[in-house]
Amino acid sequence: MQWVWENFPQIWALTLDHIGLSAPPIVIGFVLSIPLGYWASRSRVARSILLSVFSILYTLPALVLFVTVPVALGLAILDPNNVIVALTIYAMAIMIRSANDAFGSVSADVRESARAVGYSPVQRFFRVELPLAGPVLLAGIRVVSVSTVSLATVGGFIGIPSLGNLFQTGFQIHFFPELWAGIVAVLIVAAVFDLILSGLGRLLIPWNRRRTRRRATRMVAKEVIA
Amino acid sequence: MIEFKSVSKLYPDGTRAVDDFSVVIPSRKTTVFVGSSGCGKTTLLRMINRMVDPTDGVIEIDGDDIAKTEPVHLRRGIGYVMQNSGLLPHRRVIDNVATVLFLNKVPKPQAYARANELLDTVGLDRSLAKRYPGELSGGQQQRVGVARGLAANPNILLMDEPFGAVDPIVRVDLQAETMRLQRELDKTIVFVTHDIDEAFLLGDQVLILEKGAKIAQQGTPEEILANPASDFVANFIGADRGKRRLTVDSKVKPRGDDLVLIDAGGYAAGVISAPDGKLATGTASPKSRSISNKTSQAGDA
Amino acid sequence: MNLIIEGFAWIFDPAHWTTSSTSQGISEAFVQHIILTGISLLLTVLIAVPLGFYIGHSGRGRQVAIISSNVARAVPSLGLLTVLILAIPIIPGIPNNYLAYIIVFVLLGIPPMLAGAYAGLESVDRETTDAARAVGMTEWQVLTKVEIPLGASLIVGGLRSTTLQIVATVTIGSFLGQVSLGTFIVDGLEQGDFVKMIGGAILVAALALVLDGILALVQRFVVPRRVSRGSIDTGNTAHGMRLRASTPGTPITEGN
Repeated sequence: MQWVWENFPQIWALTLDHIGLSAPPIVIGFVLSIPLGYWASRSRVARSILLSVFSILYTLPALVLFVTVPVALGLAILDPNNVIVALTIYAMAIMIRSANDAFGSVSADVRESARAVGYSPVQRFFRVELPLAGPVLLAGIRVVSVSTVSLATVGGFIGIPSLGNLFQTGFQIHFFPELWAGIVAVLIVAAVFDLILSGLGRLLIPWNRRRTRRRATRMVAKEVIA
Repeated sequence: MIEFKSVSKLYPDGTRAVDDFSVVIPSRKTTVFVGSSGCGKTTLLRMINRMVDPTDGVIEIDGDDIAKTEPVHLRRGIGYVMQNSGLLPHRRVIDNVATVLFLNKVPKPQAYARANELLDTVGLDRSLAKRYPGELSGGQQQRVGVARGLAANPNILLMDEPFGAVDPIVRVDLQAETMRLQRELDKTIVFVTHDIDEAFLLGDQVLILEKGAKIAQQGTPEEILANPASDFVANFIGADRGKRRLTVDSKVKPRGDDLVLIDAGGYAAGVISAPDGKLATGTASPKSRSISNKTSQAGDA
Repeated sequence: MNLIIEGFAWIFDPAHWTTSSTSQGISEAFVQHIILTGISLLLTVLIAVPLGFYIGHSGRGRQVAIISSNVARAVPSLGLLTVLILAIPIIPGIPNNYLAYIIVFVLLGIPPMLAGAYAGLESVDRETTDAARAVGMTEWQVLTKVEIPLGASLIVGGLRSTTLQIVATVTIGSFLGQVSLGTFIVDGLEQGDFVKMIGGAILVAALALVLDGILALVQRFVVPRRVSRGSIDTGNTAHGMRLRASTPGTPITEGN
C-alpha cells in the first residue's frame, strides 16, 4: 500500500494513458457497429460476410494484431494508434454480433405496425428499432468495455504506455505490490467504465426493467461463447 | 382408478398451488380438469406421474401409494402428452414414438414395429416416420405426441392442454381423434384444459377448478349444465351470458318441422325438430365405453 | 506489406527451424506451444465440463458461473500471469516452470469452457427436457440423450473460446520467458527484428486459425440434423437466427 502512495503520480499517469488507449476503441467500435450490425440484421449476405470476417480477426491473439496492424497501416511500431485500431477491431467483432442480435430481436410485428402507423424508414430506425434494440446493445457494449480495458494491458509489454507497464516492471523486479496495483487499477477502470455505461443506459433506456435486462445479458453472454 | 386424498402443494415461495384436494378418477373414463390459468390444474396432473410431488396428502393408483414407486419407473408406465408436443427435436418421428420402448429395453425391431402401428393408430401416414419433428405441422406434431404417450400401452394417459397451441380446425379434428382413441383403446384419460367446450366435449367427468385447485363443481357435463353449483361455475360455463340458454324464436316461422333456437343475446344458435309441435328428445351418449361388462384386472387403473 | 512477405520467407527458411546457441528454433517453439496448449486444454476440459454440466443440469450455482466469467473477462490475463508465475515456486523435476504456466493457462481457460457447458444445457428448451422426464428418462438419460446433444453447439463453442484463450495466453507467456511461438514476437520486438516479429505473428495466427477451423468443423458436425433449422423451437427469431449465423463458425474469446 505504501508503494502505491509513493508512486501514485506514476500510476495515475499510466491510468490516464490506459484510458486514452481503451476509451476510443469502445466508442469508435460502438459507433461503427450500429450501422454494420443493422445491415447484418437485414441482409443475410451482409450478415455472413461481416460475422465471418470479424470472427476470423477475433481469432487472432491480441499480441498478433498489435504487431501486425502497424505493418498493415504503415505506422511506427510504437504508435499508440496501433493498439487503438487493434482494440477497435476486437470491439467491433463483439459489437456487430450484439447489434445484429439486438436489431434482429425487434419483432417483425412491431416493425410492421410502425410502418403502418406511418413512420418513415429513418424515423422507424431512430424512434422504434434503435430504442427497442437498446437493452441488447447496452449489454453488448458493457462486455466490449470490460474486455477492451483488460486487453489494453498487453500494450504495455510492447512499449506502449498503459497499466500493463506495471506488470512488466513488477515482473522484472519480482515486486508483488506493483503487480497487484496494476491488476486492481485495471479492475477499477473497468468498473468505472461499466458504471458510466450502465448509468447512460438507465438515462437513455429508462424502461429497461430487470427482466429485459437479464434476457439481454443472457443473449450477449451466449454470443460471447459461440 | 386414481385417487387424490387430501393433497396439498405448497411451493417454497409460499404459493399454495393445491389445497386439500380430494377426488376419485374412475378407470377407463375421461376426466377433465378445467379452469383458468394458474388454478393448479396442471400441477394436479403432474402429480400423477410424480413430475411434482405433493407436500401433503396421498395419491393412489389402484390403491397403491405412488410416493412408494420410483418416479422414473412410474413415468414409463404412464402416457403423457403436453401442449407443444415436447418432442425431441434431434430425433426422427419414429424414434420419438419409440423413446419409451427403448427406455423399457424393448428390442429395436419390435419397438419400431410397434411405433409404426402407433402412427396408424393416431392417423399419421407411415411415410412421416423418417421426418424430424421440425418438419411436421403443429397438428401432426401433436399426433406424434399422442402416439408417444401411447407407446408403452399405458393404462393411464395424461394430457396437458394438448391441443392448446393448434388452430381451431385442427383442434376439432384432434378432439374427435381423442374420442375415437378412447373408444378403441379404453384408457383412463386425465385431461387438462382451460376451454370449457373442450371439457364438455371430451369429459365423462368434468372438474371445474378455482384458484388453489378448489373444486367448484364436479360431475358429468349434463349435470353441470343443468345445475351450475355457483355463480363462478355459471359464469365459467357461459350460462349467464346466455350462450347455452336457448329459446325458441317466436318470430320466425317454422320451416317444415324445424324450429329456430336463439340464445339469450337474440342470435340464432341452431334448430330443433318439432314434428306436430312436440320437441324431439334423445339421450346424452356416454363418451367412453362402459366398464360394467369388463372384469377388472391387475394394474387396471 | 513487404514485411509480411518477408515474414513468410523467414518462416520458410530452414535455418530458422532449428535452435542454435544464439536463436530459438521454430520446431521447438511450436512443439512447446502445442504441448502447453494441449495439456492445459485437457485439464481445463476435465475440470470445467463436468462442473458446467452440473450447473446447467441442476440450475444450481448459476450465479457463481456468471460472476466468475464476468470477473475473468475483467482481470487482465497478463496481470494474473505475472503474479502467479512469480508466486508459484519452481518444482524440481518439472521442466521450465511448467506447472506455474499450466495452472495459469487452466485458470484462464476455465471460465469460457464453463460458460459454454452450462449455457449449452441451459439453451435446451425446458419443455423438451420436461417431456423427456415425463416419458421416464432418468436424470442421467436426460443429460446424455437430450441436453448434451441439443446443447452441443454451444458446448463446442465454449471449447473454441477456451482453445483460443489458451493459445493466446501461451503466446503472451513468452514475455515472461516461456518458450512458445510468441517467443519470436517478443524477441523480434526487443531486437528490432521486425521480420522475425511478423514471422512469429504469422505462426501464432496460423495456429489459432487452424485449431479454430478444426473445432468449427467439429461444431458443425455435432449439431443434430434439422435442429438448427429451428422450426420446432417455437421461441424467438433471434435464437434461430443466431444458430444459422453462427454455423459458419464464429467464436468469440475473452480477453486474449
